[in-house]
Amino acid sequence: MSAAAADIDKVLDFVYHEARLIDEKRFDDWFDLFTDSARYWVPLTRGQPDGENHTSLLYEDKLLLKVRIERLKNPNSFSQQQPSFCQHVMQAPSIESTAVDAGTWITRTPFVYLESQLDTQIVLAGVSWLHLVPVGGRLKIQLKKVELLNCDAALPSVQLFP
Amino acid sequence: MSRYRSNPEAIRALVRADEVHRDVYTDPELFEIEQEHLWRNAWIYLGHDSQVPKSGDFYSTQIAGRPLFMLRGTDGVVRVLYNRCAHKGAKLINAVAGNVGPMLRCPYHGWTYRTDGTVRTIPLRSGYDGTNFAQCRAAGGIEPVVNVENYRGFIFIRLASSGLGFKEYFGDSLSSIDNMVDRSPEGKLEVAGGVLRYLHDCNWKMFIENLNDTMHPMVAHESSAGTAKRLWRDQPPEVPKPMVVEQFAPFVSGYDFFDQMGVRIYENGHSYTGVNFSIHSKYSAVPAYEQAMTRAYGEQRAQEILREARHNTVYYPSLTIKGAIQAIRVARPIAVDKTIIESWTFRLAGAPEEILQRTLMYSRLINAPMSVVGHDDLLCYRAIQEGLAADGNEWVSLHRDYSAAERASIAGTYNGTSEVSVRGQFRAWARFMTEDAHAGVAQ
Repeated sequence: MSAAAADIDKVLDFVYHEARLIDEKRFDDWFDLFTDSARYWVPLTRGQPDGENHTSLLYEDKLLLKVRIERLKNPNSFSQQQPSFCQHVMQAPSIESTAVDAGTWITRTPFVYLESQLDTQIVLAGVSWLHLVPVGGRLKIQLKKVELLNCDAALPSVQLFP
Repeated sequence: MSRYRSNPEAIRALVRADEVHRDVYTDPELFEIEQEHLWRNAWIYLGHDSQVPKSGDFYSTQIAGRPLFMLRGTDGVVRVLYNRCAHKGAKLINAVAGNVGPMLRCPYHGWTYRTDGTVRTIPLRSGYDGTNFAQCRAAGGIEPVVNVENYRGFIFIRLASSGLGFKEYFGDSLSSIDNMVDRSPEGKLEVAGGVLRYLHDCNWKMFIENLNDTMHPMVAHESSAGTAKRLWRDQPPEVPKPMVVEQFAPFVSGYDFFDQMGVRIYENGHSYTGVNFSIHSKYSAVPAYEQAMTRAYGEQRAQEILREARHNTVYYPSLTIKGAIQAIRVARPIAVDKTIIESWTFRLAGAPEEILQRTLMYSRLINAPMSVVGHDDLLCYRAIQEGLAADGNEWVSLHRDYSAAERASIAGTYNGTSEVSVRGQFRAWARFMTEDAHAGVAQ
């Protein structure tokens, strides 16, 4: 059975919506997009097989993601007294695989990401993968994997969410 | 106008027993002099021999602005060579790591070298017949770094031809490396899990000083570690504490905790906090690991090794290690306000993979450019870099728990919140910045 056009539209809308929530700093809404056992992962090397047996730039479960989001609300997050803002510029996502009966999808989205903090701005590029699963009639993120083009560079602080 | 070059008196005057002048962090000329003297007179960490396990393996970097690499030769010996072709000076190795095979070949004119650095072949060699080439330095091949020490796998170099010997320079501070290596049931470490490279827009000393600064975690890391601790607080006691909470929570321990931790000071800028216990002391036991340690060392010795849970050991000026968690950080200064901090992690040979996973989690949580702990540390370093430009007081206070008794000998054990480790670092700084000054740049 092939995926219905309406389903595909729903998935693609989800991908854009996910990035938009970050760019609009609606982090609690963004947090709700993830399943309870989800991971948000930025590998350190190309083709890195997993986040446990190799260091990553970021490899967050729900608890760590919550720490990040709650920290941003804390007035003592000194590195954010001058707040950062970010913008995802996305290429059209493609659906890499789907199990229509199970309602699961894997999307691939090349992007450019800008993060600014007053006079400084960093630019990152890469490919974002979303593994989506249905939970209670809604699509949720089981895995968000962000492969940065320059994952092996000496990076400055990256404070928001590529 | 040059204020500090060829003026060792002016350099020494920047360091008082309990204060230091702001120029040590902000003056570009002092940064250049550091590269020419401090970073050449001191023993600097280059890398670990497990990065080059096979014949022909290399790892290249720069130290004190000099390009160099370590290379395991066809004879199995790890050598350190300057990364410069003997001919026109092109870097011979233009990747960070890899394997050269049985010989090195210059990408420009194809001169080849044996893995000990001697010249193997030169294209159209007859062109040098009748010239003085055989008598010139180029004929000797790739210049070696002469003073190299492999201490239990950790490779250090001293670029200056004369100076303190390795053991004299580090003294008993090497016991921290011993403890990290001894934590392997096989007595062996292997670099594992990749290297995090974090660009710091600050002077390198702010990072190094911070490693044994125990008065900042409860302030700077309240928003990250404190949040983790709070989020977990409402969990019922029977729910096992996740490793992340176990690793984050001790960062926001009280002043008493950090004070009683204790700090041990050695000559030449070295020190470690966590003489009595540390933020790593209360990690959950991993039974399979402890059994492997007991099998390897016997119960008493195994417990002795594992009880030692030092916080950070600073091997001034380039290396800081955390033996208890098998992670190290290496400072590579780039400019007066630019430093790359590299975080490397190790597998304890013979230990279960769970131990490496704990190490990797710690390094990611604390040392990554995307670490919420790192963000606040770096903000503070950067704030100092910019704040020191203010008018009024040109001196930075290092008075906490200062005692005139330190002047005779600073080595010893002190309360953990003392600023004595920083005072010890600047004492070493002034010495290694100036002791060869009258001889010009060290050869």
